[in-house]
Amino acid sequence: MKRVVIGVVSLAGTGVVVARWLASRHRGPSPVRDPRERHRWMAVTIYCRPDDVAPDGRLPRPLADLDVEVRIEKAPGDRGTELYARPRMPMPMGRAAVLARLRGEHPREQVRTALRQVKSLIETGEVLHPDPDLSRPRPARIGRPMAKVVDMALARSAGEERL
Amino acid sequence: MKAVCWQGVGELTVERVPDPGILNGQDAIVKVLATTTCGSDLHLLGGYVSSMRAGDVIGHEFLGEIVETGPDVRRHRPGDRVVVCSIIGCGRCWACRHDLWSLCENSNPTPDLAETVWGGATAGVFGFSHMMGGFHGSHAEFIRVPFADHNAFPVPEGVEDTSALFTSDAAPTGWMGADLGGVKPGDVVAVWGCGAVGQMAARAAMLLGADQVISIDRFPERLAMTARHVGAEVVDYTATDVLAELRERTGGRGPDVCIEAVGMEAHGVGPDHLYEQAKQRPGTGQERPFALQEAILACRPGGSVFILGVFAGAVDRFPLGAMMNKGLTVRGAQQHGHRYIPMLLDRVARGELVTSHLATHIMPLDEAPAGYDMFRDKKDGCVRVVFRPDM
Repeated sequence: MKRVVIGVVSLAGTGVVVARWLASRHRGPSPVRDPRERHRWMAVTIYCRPDDVAPDGRLPRPLADLDVEVRIEKAPGDRGTELYARPRMPMPMGRAAVLARLRGEHPREQVRTALRQVKSLIETGEVLHPDPDLSRPRPARIGRPMAKVVDMALARSAGEERL
Repeated sequence: MKAVCWQGVGELTVERVPDPGILNGQDAIVKVLATTTCGSDLHLLGGYVSSMRAGDVIGHEFLGEIVETGPDVRRHRPGDRVVVCSIIGCGRCWACRHDLWSLCENSNPTPDLAETVWGGATAGVFGFSHMMGGFHGSHAEFIRVPFADHNAFPVPEGVEDTSALFTSDAAPTGWMGADLGGVKPGDVVAVWGCGAVGQMAARAAMLLGADQVISIDRFPERLAMTARHVGAEVVDYTATDVLAELRERTGGRGPDVCIEAVGMEAHGVGPDHLYEQAKQRPGTGQERPFALQEAILACRPGGSVFILGVFAGAVDRFPLGAMMNKGLTVRGAQQHGHRYIPMLLDRVARGELVTSHLATHIMPLDEAPAGYDMFRDKKDGCVRVVFRPDM
């Protein structure tokens, strides 16, 4: 009985998520449909002077290893330096874009990760490694049904929110 | 080593897991001497926080001894007894440099979920879901502490483990509520919740010069403890109309500063409680904001409300009208502990801030699942269970 209830709730939850996603498609431009969105700049603000971001005009690694267009600007106030980047290469379209996202190989995600790492390297001297994952699949119930649905949706999100 | 692992809703086990190692040059490995339950762990245990995985080590409020340091650690050496802030800060980004440590921009290696849900990520937090970095928690024999120079603080000679322990999270969280809530000499302050954080917020308000501090809860033992150890006036919300009581005690004005130290699983009264609980139970991200609602309604026009209790999703019936029309300042944060911990350790050492009474139960790590049952159900007057891995 419990499994049936959990199943029904999960199904309802999935329905809500799908319905909200469909509704959201009409709210604004998305990278899937609007080519301008695919070329939007990604940026991080680094707490240092502009000269420290690219000394002698040399881009920091790992950003320097990518085929990217870069812009560097002083941030307002005391916030440091804005580092902008976007891939030069043509972006995958349609199904190829979805597959690239799922595999974590989308050029924009690579640039996004590189920007994060550059910021951390300049500010702290290292990129913090996460602890090793001790989790393992378990057949027993793990979370609440809707929380599972939310986690699944988030895990498959475009990975392009704020940096 | 032994560690307490989250296995699912309401399920904890003590497991053997690999010892932590130095992964970054600025890491230290700390042998845990004392680690305590926190009310926010109950949200993990209840399944209300996204992105927990079976096998995750929980616990975030702890004290220990440094046993190993990475090559880039400058301020600590093996043998140092340290209290470690539950929040991980890098110490060098804009947020850390401006004392907003829980907003550190470099300490959360998995910020994507938080950025999707909240539009921005928090700092990494020990043992508090993969949304907060997926770091292993402190309910273990050893723990890796990233950016150790910035996150570990030496404990003064003569301060007991069970006193210093609460300067890791409960005391700085409470202090932040009073400080950033804007408590000034002469203020009347009301605090919802007489758990460890609520008691520390009440004590902080007094030390910052509040004229009158009123703490609100429903458990007689906690109310009595708050009256005795903190010196606050207390109100049992199951025995009185809190809003009327606060108006009566404040000359009809309402408190100047209201501090919410309860969070997403607040208890309401009557059908409202059942309705909100039914919405929250499937894990919809709908939370129970009873204490917050009451704080906003109770606060005097032009006053300030600070949210210390943990919320992760959304709430219905947020009294936005009251907030806007009364001109309230509403603020919240995960704790910016680093800005307070050295000062709090000094106050503990001088006897101005008493914390040891919060450790109502001390147990070995092996008994953590039973300890959490006791803590969740508030049995035997439990306020905090402290686990000692060496017991």
